[in-house]
Amino acid sequence: MLTPDSLKRIDREIAKYPADQKQSAVMAALAIAQEELGWLSSEAIEFIAGYLGMPPIAAYEVASFYNMYDLKPVGKYKLTVCTNLPCMLTGGVDAGEYLKKKLGIGYNETTTDGRITLKEGECMGACGDAPVMIVNNRRMCSWMNPEQIDKLLAELE
Amino acid sequence: MLEIEIDGKQAQVPAGSTIMDAAQLLGAYIPHFCYHKKLSIAANCRMCLVQVEKAPKPLPACATPVTNGMKVFTHSELAIKAQKGVMEFLLINHPLDCPICDQGGECQLQDLAVGYGGGASRYQEAKRVVFHKEVGPLISMQEMSRCIHCTRCVRFGQEIAGIMELGMANRNMHSEIQTFVGRSVDSELSGNMIDLCPVGALTSKPFRYSARSWELARRRSISPHDSLGANLTVQVKGNKVMRVLPRENEDVNECWISDKDRFSYEALNSPERLSKPVIRVDGALREVEWNVALDYVSHALKDIAQNHGGEAIAALASPHSTLEELHLLQKLTRALGSGSVDFRPHRRDFSADGKRAGTPWLGMKLSEIKDLDAALVVGSFLRKDHPLFAQRLRQLARKGGKVSLLSVTADDSSINVHARLTVSPAELVLALGGVVKAAARQKGVAVPSGLELVEPCASGKAIAESLLQGEGEKGKRAIFMGNVAEQHPQATQLHALALELAKLTGASVGFVGEAANSVGGYVAKALPTALDGYEMFAQPCKAYLLLGIDPEIDCHNPQQAVAALKQSALVVSLSSFKSGAALDYADVLLPIAPFAETSGTFVNAEGRVQSFNGVVRPLGDSRPGWKVLRVLGNVLALPGFDYDSSEQVRDEILPEGGVFVAGLDNGLDSGLSDLTLAPGAAASGLQRIADVPIHFADPLVRRAPALQQTRDAALPAARMSAATLAQQGVAAGSQVRVKQAQGEALLLAVADETVPAGCVRVAAAHASTAALGDMFGAISVERA
Repeated sequence: MLTPDSLKRIDREIAKYPADQKQSAVMAALAIAQEELGWLSSEAIEFIAGYLGMPPIAAYEVASFYNMYDLKPVGKYKLTVCTNLPCMLTGGVDAGEYLKKKLGIGYNETTTDGRITLKEGECMGACGDAPVMIVNNRRMCSWMNPEQIDKLLAELE
Repeated sequence: MLEIEIDGKQAQVPAGSTIMDAAQLLGAYIPHFCYHKKLSIAANCRMCLVQVEKAPKPLPACATPVTNGMKVFTHSELAIKAQKGVMEFLLINHPLDCPICDQGGECQLQDLAVGYGGGASRYQEAKRVVFHKEVGPLISMQEMSRCIHCTRCVRFGQEIAGIMELGMANRNMHSEIQTFVGRSVDSELSGNMIDLCPVGALTSKPFRYSARSWELARRRSISPHDSLGANLTVQVKGNKVMRVLPRENEDVNECWISDKDRFSYEALNSPERLSKPVIRVDGALREVEWNVALDYVSHALKDIAQNHGGEAIAALASPHSTLEELHLLQKLTRALGSGSVDFRPHRRDFSADGKRAGTPWLGMKLSEIKDLDAALVVGSFLRKDHPLFAQRLRQLARKGGKVSLLSVTADDSSINVHARLTVSPAELVLALGGVVKAAARQKGVAVPSGLELVEPCASGKAIAESLLQGEGEKGKRAIFMGNVAEQHPQATQLHALALELAKLTGASVGFVGEAANSVGGYVAKALPTALDGYEMFAQPCKAYLLLGIDPEIDCHNPQQAVAALKQSALVVSLSSFKSGAALDYADVLLPIAPFAETSGTFVNAEGRVQSFNGVVRPLGDSRPGWKVLRVLGNVLALPGFDYDSSEQVRDEILPEGGVFVAGLDNGLDSGLSDLTLAPGAAASGLQRIADVPIHFADPLVRRAPALQQTRDAALPAARMSAATLAQQGVAAGSQVRVKQAQGEALLLAVADETVPAGCVRVAAAHASTAALGDMFGAISVERA
């Protein structure tokens, strides 16, 4: 299901824990799988669970708990807007609304060209930079007023 | 010891206790949902908040360790306010459907809401809706909005059942209890989750909407299934058993029962129940009155005894029969002049009979299992043969005990095993011999004679090492012989080797036992002095008395049994059911009452005598088995059949009374003297491995509809490793013709890597494989 390269990365994560606690690597393993596959299908979750010797439902609990795991296919770019309280008070909701209007989609939807998926996120730990958003779980974007958002969207081709 | 004061009452508790433990010691009640004494602490319901002196906020009693001099107030203003606050939150999303909820009347949330809930809700917003889930035929998850997320069911799966099937997906207000992608819950202990659920989220599917808890009378009983003898509360409405629940007995079943114990009651109300005596007249079965049937049986038996001698009569009982039934059957058979009586239809090797030092048993108390340092289980489909015994071993392994398995398949035991050795049935004796030799070598003593040619493998050495660890000290170790070890064609050799291993390691030897009365049958002396349970069909007799058994399913060689029964002059079957092959071969069917309708006694694996009363009246004209045998004894004018009650019969067998039977001893008079093991002697060609699937093991479970829909009751298949499949030139998923002796069966070939090479796993105890021969031995597979 995964390339040898991804498996090697997972093995590296497993090696960080005692041999009888392989399942401690579940978060990293799921992230690596998602990076390669784009999203986590139930087959992918079951594969990771089997690889770590844990029940599939236990891996599913983790995958469904955390916001950054995608249990459905997403577009090329996943834009996650923080709408937790500090961001909300500083324009996070407005940024979300602006994006919705601009892209013509709601939260958890993907543009018809499959380019951008819009998501609502939880606190990203940068409340001073509010409103914040993150691209593909990796690239943090701060102070996202409409101008900045336009600039970002222009970049995401 | 730590001093604690709860609501002004003082107590001393050991270090490490929680406030909840201390409160239970003092008899102070603290409301709770997620806390359960047998499960790990989650502290997620927050219902048990109490006030602790000097603590700045209320603390959860279940998760707060006691400190010396701690003062706790469970009913102070602060505590009550906190508890009421938690209750208000719990009720926010809980539906107000108590009037139609199956849990109504026995619901912890309902009860505690009376004490801590508000008169009206302040919550004006929409309640959340959780979709129903489909998880199989036993547990209903139709109203998951009722769930309060205590996670008892999840922890039960992880910790007690050993397989996590339910989990809590998603987060915060979106949390849901569910299985992975809608799979079913297949654990053989799953029904306990219904008991654990403090609300009506998990309910019993077969029981749903059939009665309210307050309409049910609660009566005590004992499980007639496996050798554990689980204590039951049978709930009865009118004259009908409505459901079965565990009755707590820490020494036997703790607070659990297996699904088999819980749901087999459905068969009591089966349309297949035999309700009137039936005799064969001119080839057709006809219902008659009891006196007619008994006269007929008595005349026929006397006739055969006169013309062919008493030894032409053979009697075979199910090991699920009561002690009283087994005693009266053997007494009757012997009085008729026959020594051919047995209660071990699955057995093949009877050479230990007459050499036993006493009654074979578990070798220890069930409650002592938790104190073991190491245990070896030889020849067992552990989880499915003995669900609750396996549960005790699982807890032992969780606490660091070394549990090893030596068996014929590598089934998932959901036990964290120390070492595991899986060999073909023909190599089982050799493998156990290897462990004995390894133990002798590691101990530095002479290798017992007969084992010169055996070479132990790495797993065998690891097993021996675990059994030797702490040898000579007070550490405890045990060897348990499972069903396969008893049904095996070389059962006595396995027994002798286990005794040898015990001698070397200081471990105890025990038999887990197949059925509710596997020990009781020996106590009742339902043992052959002439033909045993196998030979009585190998050398056909003139007449057969069958007690609570379907020989076409329950025998070691069903094909041979049916052939013998068909050629005999008389077959009298005392049975609770009218179905199966008995309708072809039986001349008389006498309806006897199953466990719920008769009084009787089961002696469990540890030798515990557990008597019980009938909980409902026998169905139709059926009668308790002991009464039928007693009256049959009278009609035959045999002496010593004047009993007034089953207690009288029991007292005749166990005059000294007591909780445990006397004379329990697994020793053998002759040791290994006549045994020489040589590798390579194993049979060539394919070998059969036959398990007795959990939900086909006795006449009752076979007819329980909900259990028959479970995964464990799937049709038997021909299971082989991929390599064996390829060798035989058959593809997985195709139909294959399985041949053994003169019989054959059409089965689905299934690839199964838990089956050792050169073996085919074909379940016994099922109509579809009844045409096959012995449970072990040569078998062939070809494309159909």
